[in-house]
Amino acid sequence: MNPTDTAMDRRLEELEPASPGSPRRMVLNMGPQHPSTHGVLRVILELDGEIVTRAQPDIGYLHTGIEKQAEDLGWQQVVTITDRMDYLANLSNNLAYVLPVEKLLQIEIPPKAQWMRVLLAELSRINSHVVWLGTHALDLGAMTVFFYCFREREELLRIFEMFSGQRMMTSYIRIGGLALEPPRGWDRAVRNFVRGLPEKVDEYEALLKENPIFLKRTKGVAHVSLDRLLDLGVTGPMIRAAGLAWDIRKAEPYSSYDKFDFRIPVEQESDVYARFLVRLEEIRQSARIVEQALDGMPEGPWKADAPRVVLPDREKMKTQMEALIYHFKIVTEGVHVPPGEAYVPVESPRGEIGFYVVSDGGTKPWRVFMRTPSFGNLQALPAMFEGKLIADTIAALGSMDFVLGDVDR
Amino acid sequence: MLPAEILSLPTPASIAAWDPEALAGASLECGGLVLWTTPEKLAALCRFLKEQRSFVRLVAVTCIDRYPLEPRFEVVYMLHSIERNERLRIKVAVPSANAVVPSVCSVWAGANWYEREVWDMFGVRFEGHPDLRRILMPDYWQGHPLRKDFPVHGHKYSYKDE
Repeated sequence: MNPTDTAMDRRLEELEPASPGSPRRMVLNMGPQHPSTHGVLRVILELDGEIVTRAQPDIGYLHTGIEKQAEDLGWQQVVTITDRMDYLANLSNNLAYVLPVEKLLQIEIPPKAQWMRVLLAELSRINSHVVWLGTHALDLGAMTVFFYCFREREELLRIFEMFSGQRMMTSYIRIGGLALEPPRGWDRAVRNFVRGLPEKVDEYEALLKENPIFLKRTKGVAHVSLDRLLDLGVTGPMIRAAGLAWDIRKAEPYSSYDKFDFRIPVEQESDVYARFLVRLEEIRQSARIVEQALDGMPEGPWKADAPRVVLPDREKMKTQMEALIYHFKIVTEGVHVPPGEAYVPVESPRGEIGFYVVSDGGTKPWRVFMRTPSFGNLQALPAMFEGKLIADTIAALGSMDFVLGDVDR
Repeated sequence: MLPAEILSLPTPASIAAWDPEALAGASLECGGLVLWTTPEKLAALCRFLKEQRSFVRLVAVTCIDRYPLEPRFEVVYMLHSIERNERLRIKVAVPSANAVVPSVCSVWAGANWYEREVWDMFGVRFEGHPDLRRILMPDYWQGHPLRKDFPVHGHKYSYKDE
């Protein structure tokens, strides 16, 4: 990040000087307050007429030191700051953080909690994808889709609020299970939502899939080969739109994803349109997973039987001496996590998210490294921009679907 | 020196057959394979793993500060082979007096930003990196925030006096 650097001339000198006789190139600053950069991304573009010859992303405007803060919080408290990284898929972040910690603690999560986690992670995938679809279409001039998508998002945020009391910063998935018992009537609310969803996705598809303006602006735009994407560290729907059927939910199943039946959508073209098709199909598949989770939701406890980690029920606390002692120890001292390190990859809506957690045996993490999908994906930006038209940069940016909070942490 | 149950795994065995000196240690951490190497062997080992063992993905590069122990830093390279669905962590111990490791940008282009982040946050330099600038903090920032001797609160500025 370099906020004081407003003088474009200095930037121009840093870039390669134009060879004598060739036309002078123009340097254009895009962002950090550009409406289509979806947050505070700044890109410095070097232009030759309308062609982008070089693109340099400048990130860090949303850096809040989440990794440093994590070292100063108790293990359970860290869940609250993971919400604030990728603010469109909070529950995926919660899940990605608690899995390695539970691995270090070696605690068994009851089936009901695992299925609830799958259900919530898929709802947050739908949430993230509808916001992406709405804003991406808006960038390309289709305003109607935006309003439809935000109607869906509103319903989802109501569901999240029903579960956790919060619309966005849910912190609902905790080490050892869930934060609270699922509220009364949650299944009806979720079922009402997913039942109508496939029909609505068909509607959005009809609005865009054969829309000539949308096709002109997306087909063949921002093509990058699969090998180059892998080399740059890109994950998620962008890889699947380039022809590789790799999804961590299938390849390395976590939280009983292996018990669900769903399909990995794959496209070959690796352009903006292919990424659109992949994400659209992912919404449908996520709705399928949610329905399966609703139908087969196991009975039983929603948090693990691990008294040193999970707070006891109020009722037990008032009647049992041990429960009271454990409650006191957890609240005053915190949770002790055995020394070691763990990493569990999770498929977030944007790609591979994983927390590399290192413990020294204390009540605070020694180190929490957040491998966020947006950071890896954004490295492909120059490959998508360079040699292409400046008008296509907006479509390319939208197709990457990054969240700057996820990039900068 | 290396535990026998790790040396019997295919990837460590193939590294030992290729260059026994490239392995400085190995362990299994919660089921994840961790291999230690030296700064001198790092780049060659990474190239070998990418080209011969199909570790096409560099998942991330990060660092752990073991302050006040020495060698202070552990630079961690997380690798993934999609073909064999295998994950691996390569670690290099780096002393604080000479915090330099060779860059692996020429092996995986995606290492670029991760190495810049480690430089920005920990002050470990990557030799041969094409563009080693700060990435998240402002250019004028002093110090490396994720070092353990960098305070969480109250760095340099005292807000009380304002």
